[in-house]
Amino acid sequence: MNNKDRKTPRPLSDDELHALVDDQLLPVDRPAFEKRLAQDPDAQARVAVWRQQKAALRDLHRAMLDVPVPDQMMVAAHRVATKQQDVNQWWRWGGMAAGVMLAFGVGWFSHTAWSGSGQRSASAAQTDFVRQAGFAYAVYAPEVKHPVEVTSAEQEHLAQWLSKRTGRPLKIPKLSSEGFELVGGRLLPGEQGARAQFMFQNAQGTRVTLYLGSLGASVKGLDSRETAFSFNPDGPVPSFYWVDQGFGYAITGSVPRDQLMKLAESVYRQL
Amino acid sequence: MDHVRIIAQIPGLRRYARALTGNAWVADDLVQDTLERACSKWRLWAPDSDLRAWMFTLMHNQFANDVRRLARQRQSGVQVDLDDVPNELAAPDAGQDLSIDLQRCLLQLPEEQREVLLLASMEDMHYEDIARVTGTPVGTVMSRLSRARARLQLLLDAPPVATGQSMAMASTVTPLRRMK
Repeated sequence: MNNKDRKTPRPLSDDELHALVDDQLLPVDRPAFEKRLAQDPDAQARVAVWRQQKAALRDLHRAMLDVPVPDQMMVAAHRVATKQQDVNQWWRWGGMAAGVMLAFGVGWFSHTAWSGSGQRSASAAQTDFVRQAGFAYAVYAPEVKHPVEVTSAEQEHLAQWLSKRTGRPLKIPKLSSEGFELVGGRLLPGEQGARAQFMFQNAQGTRVTLYLGSLGASVKGLDSRETAFSFNPDGPVPSFYWVDQGFGYAITGSVPRDQLMKLAESVYRQL
Repeated sequence: MDHVRIIAQIPGLRRYARALTGNAWVADDLVQDTLERACSKWRLWAPDSDLRAWMFTLMHNQFANDVRRLARQRQSGVQVDLDDVPNELAAPDAGQDLSIDLQRCLLQLPEEQREVLLLASMEDMHYEDIARVTGTPVGTVMSRLSRARARLQLLLDAPPVATGQSMAMASTVTPLRRMK
């Protein structure tokens, strides 16, 4: 290589070459990178060797991918799945849920599917629940200094604490795929014991809350059932809410209805 | 979680374990132990996170434990179960010469380099994910990958006689044996 050709101030680093071989360069960086590579025969040679290596490793034991899974491993896999389902009991629909939720999607309005003496009190309890979710949102979401009691920095503690107080193992859902990050959470009083409120915020500063808690075993028909998503446009801010195994969930926020629906689906899937 | 999703991960885990340990029995024990680990650690599984990365993380931890345990046993002079001996003596499973050679050279890399190399090359895993799986910073992942690729190439290029010597040099390498 003569001096005239040396336009690149910096030789290619090993890390960059690995990223090329493993196809992990950012697409924007690629053209400039190829240019530099074209001027660096040493780097080209290394890349060629590593590519060959990688191709060989990709082929190594490839036939094993088609070998049937041994029974013992199947049993263990079932056991893992069962363990998770045992605790997520209110989450019984398994893989079907996402599809079902979509079918229930935007434009569909609330009702509960069962009838009988429990109906009135059950729907009254739900209405109360979502109204309280709205109030809690209205009180705490505008808060600048103290929107939450425990911040996201102590996420693990937050989940443990609120799980203990609400009597359910709670997982804090991640809504980052919808652009919302956890701010934190707080404990609130409810008619049937403690309720929890998790607050999320997006880059624009818009806040949504997830409000949850027991609706009480006393409410007939709610203790063992799931209800579909319901949309509540009333109150200070709209909510999507649902009930699962006697536990109510409401996702509340001043965002467009379809966005709120997506957030609700995401929460539902994760809990 | 759906068991189907877990089962779908198993063939990939078995292949990776096979390349990592160089022995079909040890590999399947490692996969089985990883699944058992998943049974007890499922609480740490965040449902929206990457199941594959989680399973590989569990396998990494299991593998690291096995390697440590074996090293301890060797130090304290624990007798090897007779049942293990054939596995140790056995050459890697029959296959093409090339892959036998590649597997042999792989086993001469230190475990942590072998892991990173396989995750990046065989599994096509993102460097950030490898960092999470192995619990090391991305910078460490990159330096291990770099050393692994350079070293593997030296081993592959070396004539068979010379590899015998480099095997002796790599005496720190602890081949994993079947534990059950």
